[in-house]
Amino acid sequence: MISWKKNLTSSIGKKFVTGITGLLLVSFVIVHLIGNLLLYAGPDAFNSYAYFLEHRLIHGWAVYVADAMLILFFGAHAVAGISVWQKKRLARPQPYYQAGNAGGASRKSFASRTMIVSGLVILVFVILHVRMFKFGPTATVVVDGIEMRDLYTLVVSTFKVWWISFAYMAVMVLLGLHLRHGIWSAFQSVGATSPRYQPVIYVGGVTLSILIGLGFFLLPLVILFFYENPALSMGGI
Amino acid sequence: MDNHLTLNLLIWRQSGPEQPGMMVPYTISGVSPEMSFLEMLDHLNDDLSRRGERPVEFDSDCREGICGTCGLVINGIAHGPKSACTTCELRMRSFKSGDTISVEPFRATGFPIVRDLVVDRGAFDRIIAKGGYVSVNTGAAPDGNAIPVSKFDADRAMDAASCIGCGACVAACPNASASLFVSAKVAQLALLPQGQPERDHRALKMVEQMDREGFGDCSNHGECEAVCPKAISISHIAIMRRDFMRAAVQ
Repeated sequence: MISWKKNLTSSIGKKFVTGITGLLLVSFVIVHLIGNLLLYAGPDAFNSYAYFLEHRLIHGWAVYVADAMLILFFGAHAVAGISVWQKKRLARPQPYYQAGNAGGASRKSFASRTMIVSGLVILVFVILHVRMFKFGPTATVVVDGIEMRDLYTLVVSTFKVWWISFAYMAVMVLLGLHLRHGIWSAFQSVGATSPRYQPVIYVGGVTLSILIGLGFFLLPLVILFFYENPALSMGGI
Repeated sequence: MDNHLTLNLLIWRQSGPEQPGMMVPYTISGVSPEMSFLEMLDHLNDDLSRRGERPVEFDSDCREGICGTCGLVINGIAHGPKSACTTCELRMRSFKSGDTISVEPFRATGFPIVRDLVVDRGAFDRIIAKGGYVSVNTGAAPDGNAIPVSKFDADRAMDAASCIGCGACVAACPNASASLFVSAKVAQLALLPQGQPERDHRALKMVEQMDREGFGDCSNHGECEAVCPKAISISHIAIMRRDFMRAAVQ
């Protein structure tokens, strides 16, 4: 019998890992986006939600479990994805003189051909993003008698820096592209498709990628142009 | 009226497996629109032979789209611009006089180039030998109706079985993956009762051999389905993945 490790590192095992972790990461991203939408609801709503996640959900343990799982999924997804890209280079060392697109049933697109690029940019982005917000410098505020981190001010003052906002938006376009191919592809990778459901999964995946990309894209844009700078009104953090 | 075409060809020439190759330009005239792409190459080779040059080598056999021997990458697309069509069935009426047409071999580590446009697709035979069969006892032929197969399954299995093993899926895949070819055989036999006894073994062993031959990993580009002369769906790849993972956890 072939070992577990060998199966997981086989061409299909790798796709299975990429697909499962991809679907889990997409679920996370959706929850993340819904949480971010609370920024539109004002400082108290957003800060209370963040406090709830960090301190209240399963007595504050949820955040550690979530962190551990996200690091595991993200790491496995990146390793499997990079390995697919490396093997592609070995499998066709001599490129075609002319590379075409057959159209028709093909799902090959700009998005599908640049998964490694969008993926690597997102990898770097996530590290900076966690450093910037999760471990960023925050003042404290009191909401309903509870003292909590003022993440709202951190987010808004950060996105008031125009180049950070634009860099963030550029990465969100790449995230949208990554998911444009990634979501339906993840279903295919874990074998969760059939001729009947494939069109539904494909259209659903592309639609979801647009919604997610747009949702994350609009936040910094709205903050940059329509929000008051809390850092100024509060005398800085 | 003379409707013959004059074409500029850019053809990959390589004198042997280890020799470097290059795209070489040729101009050919008097190409009838009714000619198949291979007949056009025959016509070119006729010219080359007359001039004492080495003809362009390419594979062909049935020349009627059923054997899977021919296969060229024409203008960057395996089997050329027409969908669900082999190179031998592609007619020159698909091109216009004055067109420049690039002709390359299928490029993949798993398909080493023998010479010019000829590649060695022995890797496919070795993958099939690992499990692309059903073992039956010799003796009298069993009663055809003894094992019921539903119409739905029979049709799906037939769709998968229509693979002619040409390798265009590998050629068109940006990753040079052989997933569509392997999945067609895995799915065909997985859908039929006769394939059940060896089902798990087949999925594991054929995938293992596919990886060993140096083909890339599938990234679900779906370009394989688009160039497949038999239009085999990538939904068979999903079946292969389910079979492989199910066999792997047992």
